[in-house]
This record gives sequence, C-alpha cells and structure tokens, in this order.
Amino acid sequence: MGKWTRRAVITAGSLVGGGLALGVGGIAFAPNRIGILSKGDGKEAAQLTTWLKIAPDNMVTAIVPHCEMGQGVHTALTMMLAEELDADWNLVRMEEAPAEEIYANGYIARAFVPGLSDVPKFTERFVDWGTYRLTRLMDLQVTGGSSSVRGTGFLGMRVAGGAARTMLIEAAAKRWNVPVGECETKLSSVIHPGSSRSATYGELAADAAKLDPPVHPQLKSADKYTIVGKPIPRIDIPSKVDGSAKYGIDVAIPGMLYATVAAAPVFGAQLGSVDATPIANLPGVKKVVKLDNAVAVVADSYWRALKALRTLIPTFTETTQRKENSETLASTIGRALEGDESKKIFSSGDAAATIGGAAKAIEAEYRVPFLAHATMEPMNATARIANDRCEVWTGVQDPLAARKVAADASGLDADQVTLYNQQLGGGFGRRLPGAHDFVDQAVRIAKEMSPAPVKLIWSREEDIQHDYYRPAVIGRYKGAVDSKAAPIVWISKFNGAGGEAAHVPYAIAHQDIRAVKFGSHVRQGSWRSVEHSQHGFFTESFIDELAHAAGKEPYEFRRGLLEHAPRHRAVLEKAAWISGWGAAPAAGRARGIALVESFGSIVAEVAEVEIVDGRIKVHNVWAAVDCGYVVNPDTATAQIEGGIIFGLSAAVFNEITIQDGRVAQSNFNDFPLPKIADAPRIKVEFIQSNAALGGLGEPGVPPIAPAVANAVFALTGKRVRSLPLKV
Amino acid sequence: MELQLLVNGEQRSVEADADTPLLWVLRESLALTGTKFGCGIAACGACTVHINGTAARSCSIPAAAVQGQAITTIEGLAGGAERHAVQQAWIEHQVPQCGYCQSGMIMAAASLLAKNSNPTDQDIDAEITNLCRCGTYERIRRAIHAAALNISRGDVEATRGEESKEARHG
Repeated sequence: MGKWTRRAVITAGSLVGGGLALGVGGIAFAPNRIGILSKGDGKEAAQLTTWLKIAPDNMVTAIVPHCEMGQGVHTALTMMLAEELDADWNLVRMEEAPAEEIYANGYIARAFVPGLSDVPKFTERFVDWGTYRLTRLMDLQVTGGSSSVRGTGFLGMRVAGGAARTMLIEAAAKRWNVPVGECETKLSSVIHPGSSRSATYGELAADAAKLDPPVHPQLKSADKYTIVGKPIPRIDIPSKVDGSAKYGIDVAIPGMLYATVAAAPVFGAQLGSVDATPIANLPGVKKVVKLDNAVAVVADSYWRALKALRTLIPTFTETTQRKENSETLASTIGRALEGDESKKIFSSGDAAATIGGAAKAIEAEYRVPFLAHATMEPMNATARIANDRCEVWTGVQDPLAARKVAADASGLDADQVTLYNQQLGGGFGRRLPGAHDFVDQAVRIAKEMSPAPVKLIWSREEDIQHDYYRPAVIGRYKGAVDSKAAPIVWISKFNGAGGEAAHVPYAIAHQDIRAVKFGSHVRQGSWRSVEHSQHGFFTESFIDELAHAAGKEPYEFRRGLLEHAPRHRAVLEKAAWISGWGAAPAAGRARGIALVESFGSIVAEVAEVEIVDGRIKVHNVWAAVDCGYVVNPDTATAQIEGGIIFGLSAAVFNEITIQDGRVAQSNFNDFPLPKIADAPRIKVEFIQSNAALGGLGEPGVPPIAPAVANAVFALTGKRVRSLPLKV
Repeated sequence: MELQLLVNGEQRSVEADADTPLLWVLRESLALTGTKFGCGIAACGACTVHINGTAARSCSIPAAAVQGQAITTIEGLAGGAERHAVQQAWIEHQVPQCGYCQSGMIMAAASLLAKNSNPTDQDIDAEITNLCRCGTYERIRRAIHAAALNISRGDVEATRGEESKEARHG
C-alpha cells in the first residue's frame, strides 16, 4: 500500500441553495492527539466522509455512519457534533449515512491498533493487522465493538463540528470586518459582543463554504460542554412508542411478494431434493426456490409461504457432522486442550516451575455453551432485481458489507446495488459482516422472481437454528498462593482466540495464558461482548476460587491485587460501596462481585441472589463503570442495564446445545429469555475518570455471570463452573 | 375468504385465508406494521394487541375468529389523543432501546392499567410476560408505575379515548 502522509482532508463545499457541507476524511490516531491524514495518491478524497450540513434555514444535519439498534448512537454522535459546533440542539437533526464507500468507517478500526488500545473483534476477520489491508477496511461501514462513540464520535464528529464552527466564525469576522478572536458562538449563531451583532449559522453557511477548513480545529474542554454529558432524550424514542418506527421487516414495496426459508438443519449439508407438487396448487404460492443449502417458498403473503414451506419435506445431503453433539464437541475441545499445540497469549515469570513449590494450588475447569443472539426482530431482507439493478432493504450492522453480499448473490457489481439500511430490531453481533446470510438468500430468491420485489422473513425457528453462535468454550485453570496467602501463579488454557479478554487485571507474578484452536461445523460469530462473555466468567470465577483458597474475603483479595491499576481499583471500590458490600444482605441471600475491563471500559458488578424453589433468583445488581467520560448519561445507564440483562440470560437462562449435528432449541419455549419478573433491580454509577473514552454497548455484559456465580458460591458453598448456572 | 374486522375503530374488509393469524392481516393487509412478529407461538408478546380492551397475542389468534370484536393496535392506542398515558411514560422514562418489542410491551401495560389502576411490582411481574432482548425491564417497571400515577392524577384522556372509541364501534 502507499505511504500515508499527514495532510488535512477536512473538506468543505457548498450545498445546493447556499449551505455548507463539511466532511472529515481519514483520521490519524495517536495516543495523545488527533490528526487528520490522507493518502498521498489522492485517493483519500474519495474516502471523504461528509458528516455535517448547514442549510440556509439554520438547520444543522449530522450525518451518522452507524446504524441505530437501540444503543442511542444516532443521538450520542449528533450530540458530539452539535457540542463542538455550539449548535442549538433544537435546530439539529440526524441522517443515517447511505451505504456508500464515502461513508466507510473502516478507518476507525485503525484507531484501535494493537498495543494502543483494544482491538474491536468485529474487524478481526477483515484485518490483517500485520500489514493493514486497507482495501478491506474500506469495505466496512460497521457498527460493533462498542466503537461508535469512541471512534467516529471522538475522532470524527467532534472534529467536523469544531471545524465548521471555526469556519463560521471566520465568515462572520470577514463580513463584519472584526478580528476572529472577538467573535463567539452560541446556539447556532456567531456573535460579536463588541458591536452587538449576530448572525445565524444558516446566514453564514454559504460564505463559510468558500473558506479553507482548518487543519486542527480547536476542540472544547469538557468543562465547556452544554450538550455532551447531559441526559439528552434519544431522538429515536418517540417513534418507538407509537408503532411508527420502521424496521427492515416493516418495509413495503409495491408488488412485493413474501418468502420464507428452511436451511439444512445440519450446518454444512446441502439441499438434496424437494418435491414441490404438494404445494403447487395452494392459493397464493408462487414458487419453490432451491438454494444451495436451503429451500424457500415464495407466496403472496408470509402466512401462505410459511404454511407451504412447512408442507414440504426437503432432503439434505448426509454429512459426517450429523454424528456430532454437544458432548462430542466438548470431547474434541478436551483433546485439543490436552494436546501440545497452543498459542501463547501472555506469560510472565515461570508459572510451571512455581506452582510445584507453592503453599497451596488449586485447579478448575469451566464451560460455557453456544448461544444464540435471538434478536427480537427475526432475520429479514427485502430485495428487488430489475433493470440491471439490485435494491436491498434490510437492517444490518454493516450496510457496505451487506451490499457486497448482495452484489455477489445477484452477479452485479457493487455500484449496481443500492442498500437501504433500516433500523435494527436488535443486533448484538448477529447482523455484523460475515453473518449476512439472510441478505444473500433474499437476493437469490428475488433473482428468481425478478422484477418482483421479495421480502424474505425467517421464522423464529429458523433464526434460533441458523445463527452464528457465541462460541462454546472450555477453560482449564490452575493457580497457587504463597505462604502469605498471596496469589503467585495463574495458568489458563482454553479454546478460541481469547486475546486480550483472557488477560488478568490482577498482580500475579507467574502467568501462563494459552489458547488452542478448535473448529467445528457449528457457525460461530460475535455475540455481545465477544470473548469477554466467556473469559469474564472464567477469570472472575477463578480469582474468587483463589481468594477462598487463600482464606481471604473475595472483594478485599481483588482490591489488594490492584495497586498497579488505580482505575480498576476505584471501580471495584465503587461497586462495593454502592452495594453496601460490607453489610450483611437479607437472610437467605448472598452477594458476589466481579470486575471486567472490556472495549476500553472497566465495569464491576455486585449481584445479590437467593435460591427460590431450586432456581437462582437475582434480586439486585449494582454496577460501577469507568468509561472515561459519559457522553449521554441516560443512554449510558440504559446500555449497562441492558447489558446486565443480556448477560443474565447467558448466566442463568439459556443455552444452545447440539444434537445429531443440529441445534436442539428452536424458539423461546426452549431458548427462554428473562422476563420482567426475572429482572433484578439495577443501580448503575459512573466514575468520570476522563481517561480515554471506552465503549458502553458491551462492557455491561461480562461481569454479571461471574458475579452471580460467586454469589451462588457465597450462598450455598457450591462452586458452579458451567453456564447456564444451575443449583 | 373475506373478513370483516373492526380495527382502531374502523370497519375494514380484508381478503385472507381463514386460518391467517391476526398479526399477518394487520401487518400485510392493513399496513399496521407497529404490531411486530417475534416468535409465532405466543411466547414473546411482540405481537400484542387489544381485543375488546384486553391484551392478546395476535400471532396465535386467527383473524377470522375476532371478526366483529374491537381490535386495537399500537397505532390506535391513543385513540385520537396525542399519546396514551403509557406512551407518555415510556418517553419520560426513555424505555425503548431497539424498540422492536415495545409496541407489544405498551399494549400489555395499557391493558394491565385498564384492569388495575395501581399495580404493585408483583402484579406487573405476573401480568407483563413479554420479552425484551435489550433488557429494558427496569425502565418498563418504572414507566408503568409512572403511567398509573399520571392516570390517577387525572391524565386519563388517552385511555378514555380508546375506551369510548371501542364502545362506539363495538
């Protein structure tokens, strides 16, 4: 690839009708400064991302290159832009960027260079970190990795807002023939207090558009914020209480047909034969479409398509995977863990030699199962192929990647494909790139029905049985304490990537952390908080076990191992404080604590549990969070609350098991989710450390399972080492 | 077959197979897409509507079986008012995240409050069995209590609107 050179690529231009459009191109990231960089060959101009428009009527439009799936990113990013612009929040609106290369946000991934920060997992399968395969990065327009606010917001939206503000001031100063330094901005106007003159941004936008954008726009310090840091109501909420919010599944195109699909129950099998005659004469049924590994029925309504599909008896090819089940897969993982092949994740000191002479050593094996995302909106996509064009309406976490999937499936070039991204009825990783099989299917079916548009809707059964599952992992742990009851050895080995999720925040001198490879025919993907969802449980359960082995109180034990990590320790202390850790809980209840850093944020949770009718009842959860700085406190709180419930579903409620090569569960009757009666009271508090911004969409998830497991141990004396927890 | 349905106070005539669930008639024949498909087995409640003022899961009720009964969807809940008290409380407490389950949640909550104007936490636990994958339960609970308080303080316009409309047509 070409050499990157530092050059400003904030670019401004005029809007039709006399406004200002402003964009920021590739962003350079260094630990202590934000710069702007550009590729020397000029291609970078094509990667320009337009983030801001100011119209003559003084309306500011923020263009957000991320999807909204309830995480509040449309509001938070717009707030960050409006703040630096000094805009009147009532005069700001938001548009989601279209799925076009100019809105690629793959450069955000570059901000998360290994060693500088944590690597968002969603980029892993696209990014060769050794060489930065930029072309792949530029295919991304991704929302994942808890990266939108700390990436696009911090590095992009603020810069765009600040640059526009600088230009508007300059335009006003020229118009009034006064020094720039005498002008101020407030509520979408530039003011010159000395002469009591003011002009709205809309009035100045056309002049500002003729100016050169600043290279390093001045950004505000947090104490000057009037929008960021305030609990601004989310802009997407009003439409979500009256049924008017439109999701992918709600798309209606004139002449639209409906399809539903049944893919091979055993992953890897192909469609054999299917006899379409039983449904040939059913009213409204249009066609049986054979795909490589699935059969679909197209009809004039979803219900007719579903009824017809359920009448068919397709055969699928035999595969050796049909003999697999959860037990055989666990045995395979077990063999891998016993093998000689492993990848070192981290080591220090000499763990193997030290454990032999330690005062006390323990070992434990933990297991977590596959998990489905189970977004409330089942997978769906609507596609139309006509006149050498392909149009797709769907809700995905990466519309550019989905457009590529549609191009491949239709046989057209990407520039012949238009993808209209819709609001997502849940994402959690299911709608990330690499998991857009429903888009591929919809386009292939639409090709058969061209020029009619076809809406493909998966049944819930299809959704549960054809997910890209949270990987099942087995972790084996060994640890030891010395004669002073201090932990000195931490040895772990597990299947999967592990990566930074497997690191231990505690001061333990001798460590050996290793991962082994495990492949299976079961499709695997990113599940909210990715590897932290497994490793949070493993690490925080085993440190609890070490505390008990050392005869120490588990909170004090952890706290004593965090001298070197003051932010972690402060979070742990805050969680203990707000939960009243030192005071005894009500009779029959006990508390557990856990601390996990993920996606740049540190979260400690305390869970208070009781055993009711042989089941674990979580009454209360207290969470302390350090994500650096909180952009929207109410949305941030909601993300932690939601993360706790999401994590609780894995901790106590559900699992995906494999039988005869296929997923055994099929709907919410056998893959149950927590209900309101199961939801604990949750109290969330933030620490404003002003450290680098961390994510919030995922970090609430990992600590809850170990917090509950540790509470169950405190209550019953029984250490439960597999999820979902059972007593 | 031709079905005669009374939806949000209006008589609607639709063509659908006799066994078509009400959910799909609402969504596909009447373009009332605020009512959501979640599971198809009455397990999640995303499809909750009111039938004669009581919450019901429309994915598992044949449309033909509710002809002549008053069907209210999220689009008709406010009954001509700007918002129902539950919808207002949902905004005040910033309940929705992805929002997909919230039409059903709001319909279930409105039905609960119509029967029980001051529900306890236990009443809410027993009556609201809809699923939310984003985990908004804490706020749902708070918003239901807030809506109950607002209704008791006299902010009853929205609920009255819905009832009167159903009474008028039903």
